[in-house]
Amino acid sequence: MKLTRRQIQHLYWRAGFGPEPCNLNDAEGKTAEELVNHLFKTSEKYDEIRMDLSKFDVDRKSLSDEEKKELIKLANQSVFELDLIWMKQLVDTKPVLREKMTFFFHDHFAMRSKNPKENIDLNNLLRKHALGNFGELLMEVSKSPAMIEYLNNKQNKKDSPNENFAREVMELFTLGRDNGYTETDIKEAARAFTGWTVFQGEFIFRPRIHDAESKTILGETGNFTGEDVIKILLNQQQTARYLTEKLVEFFIGRPISDLEITTFSQQFFSSNYDLSVLVKSILTSSVFYADETIGCKIKSPTELLVGMTRLFEIDYKEPKAVIQIQRKLNQLLFFPPNVAGWSGGRAWIDSSTLMLRLKLSSLLLNFGVIEWDEKSDDPEQVLIHQEKKRDAIQANIEKRINAHPDWKAFEAKMKGQESELTSFLIQAKLSEGAQKTIDQSSSKSLKDRAIELLSLPEYQLY
Amino acid sequence: MQKSAFASGMLLVPSFLNGMEFISLDQLSGFRNVIVIQLSGGNDGLNTIVPFGNDIYHKLRPQIGKNEKDIFKLNDQLGLNGACKQLKELYDKGEMTIINNVGYPNPNRSHFRSTDIWQTASASEEYLKTGWIGRYLDANCQNPYEAIEHDSSLSLVMKGNEKKGIAVTDPMQLFQSTREKYFKSIVDNTQANLLNEDNQGYLYKTMLETYSSAEYIFERAKIYDSKHIYPTTPFGKNLKGIADMIVSGLKTRMYYTSIGGFDTHVNQVASQDRLLSIYSEGIGALVEDLKKNDRFKDTLILTFSEFGRRAGENGSRGTDHGSANNVFVMGGSLKQAGIINASPNLSNLDDNGDIRFETDFRSVYATILNNWLGVNDAQVLNHNFERMQFV
Repeated sequence: MKLTRRQIQHLYWRAGFGPEPCNLNDAEGKTAEELVNHLFKTSEKYDEIRMDLSKFDVDRKSLSDEEKKELIKLANQSVFELDLIWMKQLVDTKPVLREKMTFFFHDHFAMRSKNPKENIDLNNLLRKHALGNFGELLMEVSKSPAMIEYLNNKQNKKDSPNENFAREVMELFTLGRDNGYTETDIKEAARAFTGWTVFQGEFIFRPRIHDAESKTILGETGNFTGEDVIKILLNQQQTARYLTEKLVEFFIGRPISDLEITTFSQQFFSSNYDLSVLVKSILTSSVFYADETIGCKIKSPTELLVGMTRLFEIDYKEPKAVIQIQRKLNQLLFFPPNVAGWSGGRAWIDSSTLMLRLKLSSLLLNFGVIEWDEKSDDPEQVLIHQEKKRDAIQANIEKRINAHPDWKAFEAKMKGQESELTSFLIQAKLSEGAQKTIDQSSSKSLKDRAIELLSLPEYQLY
Repeated sequence: MQKSAFASGMLLVPSFLNGMEFISLDQLSGFRNVIVIQLSGGNDGLNTIVPFGNDIYHKLRPQIGKNEKDIFKLNDQLGLNGACKQLKELYDKGEMTIINNVGYPNPNRSHFRSTDIWQTASASEEYLKTGWIGRYLDANCQNPYEAIEHDSSLSLVMKGNEKKGIAVTDPMQLFQSTREKYFKSIVDNTQANLLNEDNQGYLYKTMLETYSSAEYIFERAKIYDSKHIYPTTPFGKNLKGIADMIVSGLKTRMYYTSIGGFDTHVNQVASQDRLLSIYSEGIGALVEDLKKNDRFKDTLILTFSEFGRRAGENGSRGTDHGSANNVFVMGGSLKQAGIINASPNLSNLDDNGDIRFETDFRSVYATILNNWLGVNDAQVLNHNFERMQFV
């Protein structure tokens, strides 16, 4: 299947963070299989995220109360630093598909920790297996200090079981809510996970607090360990189906037929949970490239922000503003609302977030001003007044957000394709109202036209 | 020719914006509303409604416990924190209900998780994606402005499946942000009746609703600008904003606001007393203002916190995260005022040393939804919860 430009752009949006004009030139004339294989190829080599944690390498016992407090404060701040480090990687990275899948699992295995090392390690773990084997990923995540602490498996002991991890591993990580397990299965599985704990920042199994007696879980009986439960969960076809449904929602973003889901899911199951098999199938399927799929999804705040930052090579002189924007748009990386992750879709949109989303391009690309003007015959005084007001707005936004796009680079990228600007920036079909507004515009420059397009509700879709 | 939604600046009401008309001031009487206030961070209920007559309390809290001289006595056992002068006046007039031991089974002691539970009205193990006020909007309302949050962003509690409330701090600012010429042009060019059910239609619908709600709130809230003196705290300003909207006659059923800082792990007494006095002074001003305008009889104020705090003090003159807590309801038309259930049982704490819950918080919501607003509570809360008698 040879792809159209719109379909190629679609692939780069859904499998990455938006197309670059050069992608399109290279991609033209190629088939979906060729392009997807190329995306996998460029995702083979990748970088982990890194942060200097030496300041936390101290013996806590030797610290005074004051110093301990200071250290906790530093740790809290460092999670925001980490957020910015990952944002930078999302923006700069070449292996976009791997990073996109890492982003998917950041939501699937949602957790919060005030410990920067736990956050980094889990994030890198997700990246390592993002296109690998889901079973291995699940096992390693389950044993990660981050998840053990977050879902209270430290408190899960033979004499006082804690069901938190056992419940969530079924409800959120494998089978999905109310999909073929009972409260008894949860209780029994919790017993199997006893003894999984953390010592000096590493996973450790403590046989003394492990309940080694017999358990019955999803119809199987034995002296199961935590590893056995993970294996039992992976033996359920439902686990493959649940993951498939979530990835279909992630990449396709609209309901598809049960038959299509079943085909994807069976393939995934018989590949023994090879994520690359499933992702490749989805990204080369005809339903992925169907007209109804293109532009049907609402961008997550991260996709919106990273997409814009990538394309316009925005330099944030005030990095805190990035955190602030994530917060206002309800997707602060490393701070999912709860273990169920972000709600997504229409839940991103309310009056406040929508107005900020529509303003975002002008805030990041032109200090808060959309240079849109209907041809008017306002007297000169009015125009002068407007100009003054505009200067005041820009000075204020420059102070607060201080984001600097590279317009020269953008113009160079778009050279020879200026007339395709609308179809390059907008995936959804323009509404009549949007079309009219664009037609009424007197803007000539590439910059002003780009900001107008990015300020349309349609730019929220991909 | 199709009429555009906002032809020539004149508002033609699209179908989903029916009911945009203002209520005239004489119709206003009897339009009931609810103000929900969250004390964020986990307010220490035991030092707010103090069981000063209970020896166990003093044993649990040798350093931070309050004595008879620090409180307003409510009865032989319980007293109100001395910072809450205005609340005591309400209590004496029969305009305040105190419900003890409110919570839910398997309490969660994380701020954000327990806040989610209170806001979504879910069970402890259940993750709901909509808030209870949002679902109230879904089932009963037309417009975003029927539930207003006094904040710069909208909390989960205000988000339903189909409808969402609107966050407002300054009606003028909200109005101006929507009046950017470019956006105005898009709205003017958009035909509301052609909007699809897909995500694109949803974005446009939200844009149009925001546009008209911002105008409605701005135009309407101008009517009354209270000259009453409110505390200059941010919380006081929020309450003034809400009072202005109520007295101006906005057709808003639910207002939501919060005051933070109650996470008092260290040196609790001074900081909690300061916060409680900000809260109490704000409430005092609000109630006086509403009374002066004859709206207090139509208003119900619900105050909660995501959890109470550990019964025993910790080693830093503070308290750690706990579970069940007291909830306050205030209003000019209460059916049951005062302390309406048993004091916390300090001799039967749970394994964590926390107060056990006796009243499910969703019973409080159910009572407000059904008895006060006259709507189907089970439809909003997804279950039937026992209703109470306070309104």
